[in-house]
Amino acid sequence: MNKDEHENTESEEIHRRLRESDRANLTTDPPTMGAWERVKLARHPDRPYTLDYVDMIFEGFEEIHGDRRFADDPAVVTGLAKFHGQPCVVAGHQKGRTTKERQQRNFGMAKPEGYRKALRVMKIAEKFSRPVFTFIDTTGAYPGIDAEERGQAEAIAYNLREMAKLRVPVIVTVTGEGGSGGALALGVGDQILMLENSIYSVISPEGCASILWRDATHAQQAAEALKLTAQDLLQFGLIDTIVPEPEGGAHSDPREMGDVLGAYLSDALAAAAALGDKERVERRYEKFRVMGEFEELSE
Amino acid sequence: MSWFKRKEGPNPLDDSGERTVRTEGLFVKCPGCDQTLFRREIEDNLNVCPKCGHHQRLRGRERLDMTFDDGAWIELDRGLISNDPLGFADTKSYRDRLKDMRIRTGMLDAIVTGEGRVGGLPTVICSMELSFVGGSLGSVVGEKITRAIERCLRTHSSFIIFSASGGARMQEGALSLMQMAKISAALARLDEARLPFISVLTDPTTGGVTASFAMLGDFNIAEPQAQIGFAGPRVIEQTIRQKLPEGFQRSEFLLEHGMLDAVVERKQLRDFIIHSLEFMVGNGKKSG
Repeated sequence: MNKDEHENTESEEIHRRLRESDRANLTTDPPTMGAWERVKLARHPDRPYTLDYVDMIFEGFEEIHGDRRFADDPAVVTGLAKFHGQPCVVAGHQKGRTTKERQQRNFGMAKPEGYRKALRVMKIAEKFSRPVFTFIDTTGAYPGIDAEERGQAEAIAYNLREMAKLRVPVIVTVTGEGGSGGALALGVGDQILMLENSIYSVISPEGCASILWRDATHAQQAAEALKLTAQDLLQFGLIDTIVPEPEGGAHSDPREMGDVLGAYLSDALAAAAALGDKERVERRYEKFRVMGEFEELSE
Repeated sequence: MSWFKRKEGPNPLDDSGERTVRTEGLFVKCPGCDQTLFRREIEDNLNVCPKCGHHQRLRGRERLDMTFDDGAWIELDRGLISNDPLGFADTKSYRDRLKDMRIRTGMLDAIVTGEGRVGGLPTVICSMELSFVGGSLGSVVGEKITRAIERCLRTHSSFIIFSASGGARMQEGALSLMQMAKISAALARLDEARLPFISVLTDPTTGGVTASFAMLGDFNIAEPQAQIGFAGPRVIEQTIRQKLPEGFQRSEFLLEHGMLDAVVERKQLRDFIIHSLEFMVGNGKKSG
């Protein structure tokens, strides 16, 4: 795959500028913001959603609907697009902006058919050797009777296994809330990016608080304890890159956010596409294989 | 004024109190049918109530003893322990919780791996320990399962997991979450190598465990009446604001909705496993 981004001097320029500020803001300065502030930013109602990024970063988006099994899940959007002129596939959670749209999209909480649709489209990408970009922004997979009946757990599990095998580059970005298994079901990839104020967690702070503190009002404490910020995940080696956000958060300047993310996606794709298919899948395995922290006592 | 004054402290005969002391004795009460039974009678029946068929929960090790030929197996990767990577504390520190759990269960974490033979075929079995932090999936459990799968790949063995878990372990945060992806990726390799994987879901199997390896078997089977699901019943009730139907998220419910290959009674479990292993890798020869 050719690296079209180098022909685009504008994005190159943005890229350089941001890389410099990135170094200044993220690597040397200690994190000044608490986890709970990040949670609030990640959930900010004006935060750009998947379709906003698709609109800003990709060209010629054609939405693809349905899992060909049961239904079309509006909480997940998938489609064909072009990234710097190159055909690719996009899949991501989609929260609604208006009250009506929020309900229609089930607040970005996907049902099994959403995950199955996403995988279906990723397999089309694999068949025709096109890269995959996924965008994660969900409170979690939908906890409802119908979702359980249709195999919410199986849908997530199957995505985890199949995404590990995809022979094309898979670039994952957590843009807002990375809510547990419902997030991870779109999250197995070669390059994993998190926006500076996004979160990624095994359980929501509220859920954690209600179980361990037996009181959901301890959510702030739980948010700190869960180590769910992009900085935390980078430190544990669970993600590759933190994408800096404009001052005040992504929603304060969505256009700038789109430009920044576009530049980072260029880099991520270039890194993943530089490898042969076999080696890329092997490295993806190794990436997840080393995740985890433990000690081993000698026998 | 009463003539006889009641002594302070809990009444030892109080019916509503803790019953665990009594189960140490000769008799046990079946939680399924409330009948009082001889302890020996239920133990000799694989801890299944002879009256109502209620399957009692088992320890992780008991599963290995029951499943391997002649109950013979050797333990693998026994020395892995959590190092509390998050420095997690809620009402109690995770470190103290782990210490208590180790004393209470005699185990280092929520899973035991064994290697041996099942129906004469080389097999690795992982079995989860529900009594250790709710059988939760953290770094140690994730690593042990992944190593077990990789061992199967090296030795061309079959793989079986007995799940019993509340899901991913909160106290290890996103590290726990990523174990779901790590194990699933290893299972992708096992699948491509065409080696058998039988997932046995026991009471209860929920959350991130169901949403990863437990649902990825060549055969996914469960014991009767086991609670199996993704979201917890309370979470669902809060979301939909209504009571859940009777039998929701039980094995039979999943079978009816096409999510399980079979519901198998404990007495038939080993035979079912052997038959399916024989189908997959028996007689040494595979076509193609």
